[in-house]
Amino acid sequence: MRLLTHNMLSSNIKGVTNGFPLRIEVEKVIEKEVDFNIDFLRNMFAKIEWKALAEASRTMGYSELPDDAESSMLDSDEFLRKFHHALLELHLEEGALVCPETGRKFPVNKGIPNMLLHEDEV
Amino acid sequence: MASRPELQAPPEIFYNDDEARKYTSSSRIIDIQAKLSERALELLALPDDGVPRLLLDIGCGSGLSGETLTDNGHQWIGLDISQSMLDIALEREAEGDLILGDMGQGLGLRPGVIDGAISISAVQWLCNADKSSHEPRVRLKAFFGSLYRCLARGARAVLQVYPENLAQRELILGFAMRAGFSGGVVVDFPHSTKKRKEYLVLTCGPPSLSSATPKGRGEDGESGSDEDSSDDEENQSVSVSDRHRPRKKQKLNKKVKGREWVLRKKEQMRRKGNAVPLDTKYTARKRKARF
Repeated sequence: MRLLTHNMLSSNIKGVTNGFPLRIEVEKVIEKEVDFNIDFLRNMFAKIEWKALAEASRTMGYSELPDDAESSMLDSDEFLRKFHHALLELHLEEGALVCPETGRKFPVNKGIPNMLLHEDEV
Repeated sequence: MASRPELQAPPEIFYNDDEARKYTSSSRIIDIQAKLSERALELLALPDDGVPRLLLDIGCGSGLSGETLTDNGHQWIGLDISQSMLDIALEREAEGDLILGDMGQGLGLRPGVIDGAISISAVQWLCNADKSSHEPRVRLKAFFGSLYRCLARGARAVLQVYPENLAQRELILGFAMRAGFSGGVVVDFPHSTKKRKEYLVLTCGPPSLSSATPKGRGEDGESGSDEDSSDDEENQSVSVSDRHRPRKKQKLNKKVKGREWVLRKKEQMRRKGNAVPLDTKYTARKRKARF
């Protein structure tokens, strides 16, 4: 699972008002190279919750992202490369996602988070 | 005809390792899935500017539909309830991110982040109650509600479905409309039982010019051609102006079969050996009104 997906996912448990961002528990991280596409990054920047992305990438062991970002920084190639790497190339292979409100763990196996809810959580 | 998979077992059980294996070994299944997803992507009508979008694939299964998205340069997130199918997707090295989840529990995505959603042959599963806790109406509502929330404004969702009957199609469409979507059903090849495919084309937000439902393929009975024509019966988009349109008056001048037709029929009867009155100047003449 990439951080792109992590940035979109929120906890869906009944009664949880703010299920975002899910905390990451890391067991194994892998990196896969992906083609660099500026248009996609520019398009996604507006939709990304930057704080969540920066913190998530730090948890995954990549601390190059600045704490704050503005759209003016999108002109810098260096920034875009870092953004690209954090968003698309870091994969959480094994670990867990934790709901920030209830502490419920969603296990991640082989890169696939198990977001199935129990019957009493729907 | 084989029984519908929906009637056999819940999806997470029906799509076991054996069933999932078919999605790598059967070239027929692969071919059909690829065609369906190509058509869905076409109906999604993303702006043609070459910018990759973030799309959602609901019921992504083995990632066959996602492959089409990747081929077109898009990033995607896939959701499926069957672990076996997702394992196959890993084996096929699907480029998108995969999530094990149940669409009937809601999608669990942040609002307004997804640029478009497709779903190939999945949504009709929601109409089944596979567990005692399942209530199709609640699950459909949760699904369409969360789908509406996570889509960006003006974004489209194209859901290819196999509804079991008319009631099921109306149920699905009804919940989509109630969630706030506008749009309708596009039917490709409506005259063919096998090739017939239905797509729910839904647009986030109120009806507008851009959300007009596209036309289905092969509606003139021509298979394979791209010639389009509208099919008002199947196009169930809700629009206010339609509702208040006065009914068409029934045609008054009913077509009367002429003298020639009567003569031909009489000739036929004669050839059969029946007793038929002679042809005279009165034959097939209209009766006077007083009669």
